[in-house]
Amino acid sequence: MNLRRACMGMLAVLMASLAVVAHAADEDNSSGVPMPVIPMGLGDSCVKDTDFMRRNHMDMLKHQREETMLKGIRVEQYSLKECISCHAVNGPDSTPVTVASPQHFCRSCHDYAAVSIDCFQCHASRPESGDSSAGHGLSSIFPTTQNVSGSQ
Amino acid sequence: MSRKTKKSKLTETGNFDPSRRSFLGTMATAAGVTLAPGVVLYGITRSSSAKARALDAAASSEVRWGMLIDLGRCDDGCNDCVSACAKENGLRGFDRPETDAQWIRKVDISDPKTGSSKSLPVMCQHCEEPPCVDVCPTGASFKRADGIVLVDKHTCIGCRYCMIACPYKARSFVHEVLEDQKPHAPRGKGTVESCTLCVHRVDADQQPACVEACSDTGGGAMLFGDLNDPDSEISQRVAKYASQQIRADLGLNPGIRYRNL
Repeated sequence: MNLRRACMGMLAVLMASLAVVAHAADEDNSSGVPMPVIPMGLGDSCVKDTDFMRRNHMDMLKHQREETMLKGIRVEQYSLKECISCHAVNGPDSTPVTVASPQHFCRSCHDYAAVSIDCFQCHASRPESGDSSAGHGLSSIFPTTQNVSGSQ
Repeated sequence: MSRKTKKSKLTETGNFDPSRRSFLGTMATAAGVTLAPGVVLYGITRSSSAKARALDAAASSEVRWGMLIDLGRCDDGCNDCVSACAKENGLRGFDRPETDAQWIRKVDISDPKTGSSKSLPVMCQHCEEPPCVDVCPTGASFKRADGIVLVDKHTCIGCRYCMIACPYKARSFVHEVLEDQKPHAPRGKGTVESCTLCVHRVDADQQPACVEACSDTGGGAMLFGDLNDPDSEISQRVAKYASQQIRADLGLNPGIRYRNL
C-alpha cells in the first residue's frame, strides 16, 4: 500500500515537471533554447535591418557620438536620442520605463547577453516626459527574437 | 582662375601656399560679385554660412560664438539666468552648496574705496586659449571649431585638473549618481562639467537658455551671437561700445565680454 502510494507520488511529480518543461518550451521557441523578450520599436523598420543593427549598433552609436560631440553634427536618424525615443517601452503607469526596469529595450538584450553598458550613467534612458511621440504599451512586445527579426 | 591654372601652379611649386589661396578666394568673391551677383555671392560670403547650419554640417571655425553681458541692465537680485540654466540642463542640487553643480552663478563685487557694487553672471568664458584644454591629460576637455569649450565625458577621468586650471572657477564635478538627466545634456558621476553655451540649442539655431530667460523675464542684459560676423549685433555692439573680459591680463581671450563692469 505504501509502495503504491509512493509510486503515485513520484509519478505526479514527474508529470508536473514535464508539464513545466513543455510550457517553457512553448514560451521560448522550438529549439528549446531560452531567448530574450525584446520589445518592438515604433514604426515599420529601424534605420538599418535587424541583423545589421545587432552586430553594428555599438559602432554606429560610437561614430555618431564623435560626430555630434566633437563636430556638432546632429543627424537625428542615428542619434542615441532617437534610438531611445523609438524603442521606448511604457511601463504599468503608461510612462516610458528607465533602464532600471528589465523591460527596457537595451536591457532586455544586454541582460541576456551579459554585456554591461555604462551609457545610461550619463545619458537619459527614456525620452523626455514632454515627448508624446515616444513610448508604446507592452501589447506591442513580440514574444521572441525570431518574430522581431522577421518583421523589423 | 580656372581649375587648370590652379593645378599647374600647385604642381610647379610642389607645396601649398596659404596666402595664394586666400588671394584666390578674394578674387573668386570679387568675380562672383561682378559677374553673377546673387548666385556666387551666397556661396562664398561668411555671413550666410554662419547662420542656420544644416543638421549634417560640422561646426565651422568661421564662427566664434560669444556673449556680451551689459551689467548696467543686470539686476542685483535677479537670478533668472541661473534658474533657466538649471532647468534647461537638468541641474539639481543635493543640498550641498559647496559641491553642487553650478554652470552659471551670480558674483557680487564691490569697490571698497567707492562702495559701488555690481552683480555679474559668471559661467565658462569659452576662452580662445582655454587653460582647461591645455592641462587635460586625456584630451577630454576640448574646444569646438566654433569656440565652444566642452568636456568629452566619455574620456574624462574626473581628475579635476581643469577645475584647478580654470581662472573663472567655472567647472563643477559630479559627486553623485544622477538619474533622469535631460536627453540633450548627458551628465554623470565622476566627470567634470561646465556651461556648454547650450550647444544643443545653438546647433538648432536658438539662443542659450540664460540669454532667453534674461530677455524674457530679466533685464535683457545678455546678448549672444557670432563675434566673427561683422554684421551680427554682438559684433557691432562690441565695436561701438567699450567692453571688458574678466582677467583679460591672462591673455585667454574669452568669448564672454562684459559692459559697464
